[in-house]
Amino acid sequence: MRTSALQIRTPEGIVFSQLLAGPVTRFLGWVIDAACIAALMMLLGKVLGLLQLLSANFAAAVYILSYFLISIGYGIACEWLWRGQSVGKKLFRLRVVDVEGLRLQFHQIVARNLLRFVDSLPAFYFVGGVVCWFSPKCQRLGDIAANTIVIRAPRLAEPDLDQLLAGKYNSLRQYPHLAARLRQRISPAEAAVAVQALLRRDEFESTARLELFGELAAHFRAKADFPPEAIEGIADEQYIRNVVDVIYRTRTDARIEKVAA
Amino acid sequence: MEQWNDGTTEQHSNSTIPSFQSSIFPSFHSVPMIIDLQRFVASERPAWAELEGLLTKLEAEPNFRMTLERLQRFHLLYERTAADLAKIATFSSEPETRRYLENLVARAYGEIHETRERQRRISPLQWFFQTLPQTFRRHLRAFWLSLAITLVGCAFGGFAIALDPEAKPALMPFSQLLQDPAKRVAQEERATEDRLAGEKTSFSAFLMTHNTRVSIFTLALGMTWGVGTIIMLFYNGVMLGAVAVDYAAAGQTKFLLGWLLPHGVVEIPAILIAGQAGLVLALALIGWGRRVPLKARLRAVSQDLMTLIFGVGVLLVWAGFVEAFLSQYHEPIIPYSAKIAFGIVELILLFLFLAKSGSNRKQEKAAPPEKDLVANAAPGGPHP
Repeated sequence: MRTSALQIRTPEGIVFSQLLAGPVTRFLGWVIDAACIAALMMLLGKVLGLLQLLSANFAAAVYILSYFLISIGYGIACEWLWRGQSVGKKLFRLRVVDVEGLRLQFHQIVARNLLRFVDSLPAFYFVGGVVCWFSPKCQRLGDIAANTIVIRAPRLAEPDLDQLLAGKYNSLRQYPHLAARLRQRISPAEAAVAVQALLRRDEFESTARLELFGELAAHFRAKADFPPEAIEGIADEQYIRNVVDVIYRTRTDARIEKVAA
Repeated sequence: MEQWNDGTTEQHSNSTIPSFQSSIFPSFHSVPMIIDLQRFVASERPAWAELEGLLTKLEAEPNFRMTLERLQRFHLLYERTAADLAKIATFSSEPETRRYLENLVARAYGEIHETRERQRRISPLQWFFQTLPQTFRRHLRAFWLSLAITLVGCAFGGFAIALDPEAKPALMPFSQLLQDPAKRVAQEERATEDRLAGEKTSFSAFLMTHNTRVSIFTLALGMTWGVGTIIMLFYNGVMLGAVAVDYAAAGQTKFLLGWLLPHGVVEIPAILIAGQAGLVLALALIGWGRRVPLKARLRAVSQDLMTLIFGVGVLLVWAGFVEAFLSQYHEPIIPYSAKIAFGIVELILLFLFLAKSGSNRKQEKAAPPEKDLVANAAPGGPHP
């Protein structure tokens, strides 16, 4: 049974997850890497064209050895120098990591890259793709032998809240301890539902819109018990706007990027 | 542990945060709730940045060693960041920060809990004269198995060609081997021109890369529970046995030895070592009689596989040179006796290298047997 994320629990009880990369994304990454190898070889061919003037035999030998070293060493060198990434993997935000979250070792990188000889059989990584498809951790044979997995490291996009929130006075912010409790008690999935409802509000019929925001407001009101003066006279939809404002507008986008950088 | 008083003023009562009851954080029996997220992030950010700086240094410099104080600080920062991750995990508004902290914790976890030997700067000479032969000897049984499979193939090939000479094209898919041995020897000995003139270097490069590819393939086929590796070894043996019997039957044994020994005494053992590596991989995959998880078994042999296949590569570079620059020249240019003697000297040196080089009986006796290595390969306690 395949899963999309691998959860690792540390002995301290902290759980962190690694999003597993699927065979299609990995194949696309490999296509880019194959193109990089081809480009390197073309470049080398041009350089060796000059060397051929001196000795055709020597130039041919250099070309044969270089092709061998580049085709095998490209993946090893990139993944070692860029901590589990090659050009294709960088482009598709993939990374090779140890299956147990441990430090990726050089021999693991070598093993997974040498096993490409079998994974790429009979052509276009058919064996590797099939094994990866059926593997619980999306591993090809090389990954199984080297105890590695390929994870996704997507850059999360912040919702464009400026178009949702009017920037008006938010009565919920008058009660920071309750606002904090609300933020703490709302799961990411619940917050996403509220944002989606606001983003798509104009697509609903008027009665459906009223019903939807009524249900959502009732759900979120139960999460934190704001005093009546904070929520009196606020329409359900406005209440959801205020809730979303409380959840997402704790810090500016610029600061988030600063932390992540 | 430093005080957690910034922005953490209210006790968490109804939390989904993982429990620390049995962890190394005795003070976190109830995790404080974050009231002021901005303040919390602002106060914790220096610790995260410090941890990230240390991690970047550790990852960039494999030989970087921390002092005891720094090590303790590193451990503290890891624990602190891990606890921050647990706190922030339920904040729906903080996906980036959560991911950032997950990334930091994941990287630090790898450093803190890594118990395998730290990667050191490799000395090529030490690797070649100690690590490689020691690794070879550690998996000697797999080498004997590899040799046995090849010998069975040789016997099969020899018998096949002796019983049915017409089967030559099926057994030896190389055009120069299909002609009558006596005719070929006569041709080679009559030749006045160097047929490899101006091509020796590229021919040598071709041999090196081709044989190394075959060797890597033989190793990689270990993942077929060894079936592919066994087939490769057997097939190589069949070709070798068929050629040997074909030339010996034609009375060209001296030519055969003079032709094959200079490069073959290195090339054939190299292929056998590749087969040995493939069988080591297969045995780890099968794990007969070992109550150790697959991951631990594979982890235990991974480094040895790399050592063996790099060793094979080095041997094949030498064999490629010899085959292109020496093996293809026969009498009267080079006497067969000289070529045979050269091959025998190489074989003795290779035997001594594999059997004796880097041999430290005390050290090798003290080294844990293979099954202990497998058991030790599982991740264990803190050891940054």
